[in-house]
Amino acid sequence: MKILTPIKRVVDFTVKVRVKPDGSGVDLDNVKMSMNPFDEIAVEEAIRLRERGVATEVIAVSLGSATCQETLRTALAMGADRAILVETDTELEPLAVAKLLRQIVLKEEPQLVILGKQAIDDDSNQTGQMLAALLDWPQGTFASKLEVAAGKATVTREIDGGLETLELPLPAIITTDLRLNEPRYTTLPNIMKAKKRPLDILKAADLQTEVTPRLKTLKVEAPHPRKPGIKVNSVEDLITKLRNEAKVI
Amino acid sequence: MPILVLAEHDNVALKPATQHTVTAARKISEKADRAEIHILVMGQDAGKVAEAAARIEGVAKVVLADAPQLGPQTAEILAAQVLLQTGTEQYSHVLAPATTFGKNLLPRVAAQLDVQQISGITDVLSPTTFVRPIYAGNALATIETIAGAIIVLTTLSTGFDAAPIVETGAPIEPAKAIANEETGVRLVGRQLARSDKIELTAARIVVSGGRGLQKAENFQLLEALAAKLNAAVGASRAAVDAGYVPNDYQVGQTGKIVAPELYIAVGISGAIQHLAGMRDSKVIVAINKDPDAPIFQVADYGLVGDALEILPQLTAQL
Repeated sequence: MKILTPIKRVVDFTVKVRVKPDGSGVDLDNVKMSMNPFDEIAVEEAIRLRERGVATEVIAVSLGSATCQETLRTALAMGADRAILVETDTELEPLAVAKLLRQIVLKEEPQLVILGKQAIDDDSNQTGQMLAALLDWPQGTFASKLEVAAGKATVTREIDGGLETLELPLPAIITTDLRLNEPRYTTLPNIMKAKKRPLDILKAADLQTEVTPRLKTLKVEAPHPRKPGIKVNSVEDLITKLRNEAKVI
Repeated sequence: MPILVLAEHDNVALKPATQHTVTAARKISEKADRAEIHILVMGQDAGKVAEAAARIEGVAKVVLADAPQLGPQTAEILAAQVLLQTGTEQYSHVLAPATTFGKNLLPRVAAQLDVQQISGITDVLSPTTFVRPIYAGNALATIETIAGAIIVLTTLSTGFDAAPIVETGAPIEPAKAIANEETGVRLVGRQLARSDKIELTAARIVVSGGRGLQKAENFQLLEALAAKLNAAVGASRAAVDAGYVPNDYQVGQTGKIVAPELYIAVGISGAIQHLAGMRDSKVIVAINKDPDAPIFQVADYGLVGDALEILPQLTAQL
């Protein structure tokens, strides 16, 4: 059984992004880029399924510019067997990503696609659900536990107020939440090994898929700054301020 | 053309998130010749939910799709039901709350409609222009959709107040339920927290704990404070990762986004991803032993000290 793990190259989670003065977007020049943290969890889960003998091959796929090869190499260093880059310089919206991924799924025929629940740049939380819709596959989103056996995936989902467990027939789409696993670190020997693993490059244009953006970003601005606060010296002082000044208790 | 709002509920009660989404729909309606707002309730034996939805101010009609196959509310069948509705009546917009319910369901609907959804809006500038936070709330994007197509949106409760409940309800119209398609998806079960727990996104006061609480047991100190203030209890991602509390306590970019009247952060350093979830709170209090913790930069009132010593004092003196 093959597992496909789509990954996105995003601004590293430790970076505090700055809005460009002209309001056209955020400044991404010389900013550290990494694999989206939820996608790391997806790659880790796929590799664990292979290590348990459930899956036979883990394929990482990324869509974007040539620099995404670096992110794919990270997935290979974690233990993915091979990688595919769908190269494009067009900015892709989640629907376009889902449409391109659908083409890859039809070609590779995986039984599971495991994706991060959201990318930490645009925070959309859409791609997995959209891919499930386009393939007419069942979806198990925001997974905190995944078991695969006998043609079925049993997935525990993080929902508001608690947990939900679903049983899905394969093939299926899974999106990862935080507690699914803790991704492994890449080691130098594995980084070296990863360099020899295959990384195929396809041109998005060759996939005959409509990817024109549907939305237009008119402007990007910084959120309103908060007024500077004060330090209080004691619990009594804090309670007095909250009662008489802020009037919230 | 009317605007369709998807109701979030558990077949028994309507979730307050729906009222916030109705306010977003009303903001669109005001700018679109007072377009009617319809609510779609999908569930099993959900008549009570439909009655509650009908009493939200500004709602013109409730459409109730009530059938056993809709009871478990799995995304596959709910999406099919929404498409049946959008195929029956023409809508300008489809909205759902940006909760795990809406996040799970609506992109599936949008893809089937061949529409690029806009997630987690916090403001409506025109019927086709919306504001949404990106990069963990470190930037706000103004997004315009191409006119002509149906517009699919999820709404953050922090951007829109809850629409009030009125005495007289709007009419409730039954809808044909989607046939029981063999999706093969089976709901095995749900483990939900006590129903008396105050919901984070609806609470007037939220008290959150972080790694500074040091262990799961110490969250009881926070629970005691919460009980005194009638507050909901939240947590930072670090506290969730450390296993102190379940994930649905998480406030932040990848958890819940809250904007209560009062937010008390205890033993939370203030990582970017946490600030994203609470920076719009009206008043922020930070209690942390590290005077240089970034949380103090967004706090209106900061108290430097050991959370485990301060918490019992605070609870006792309130």
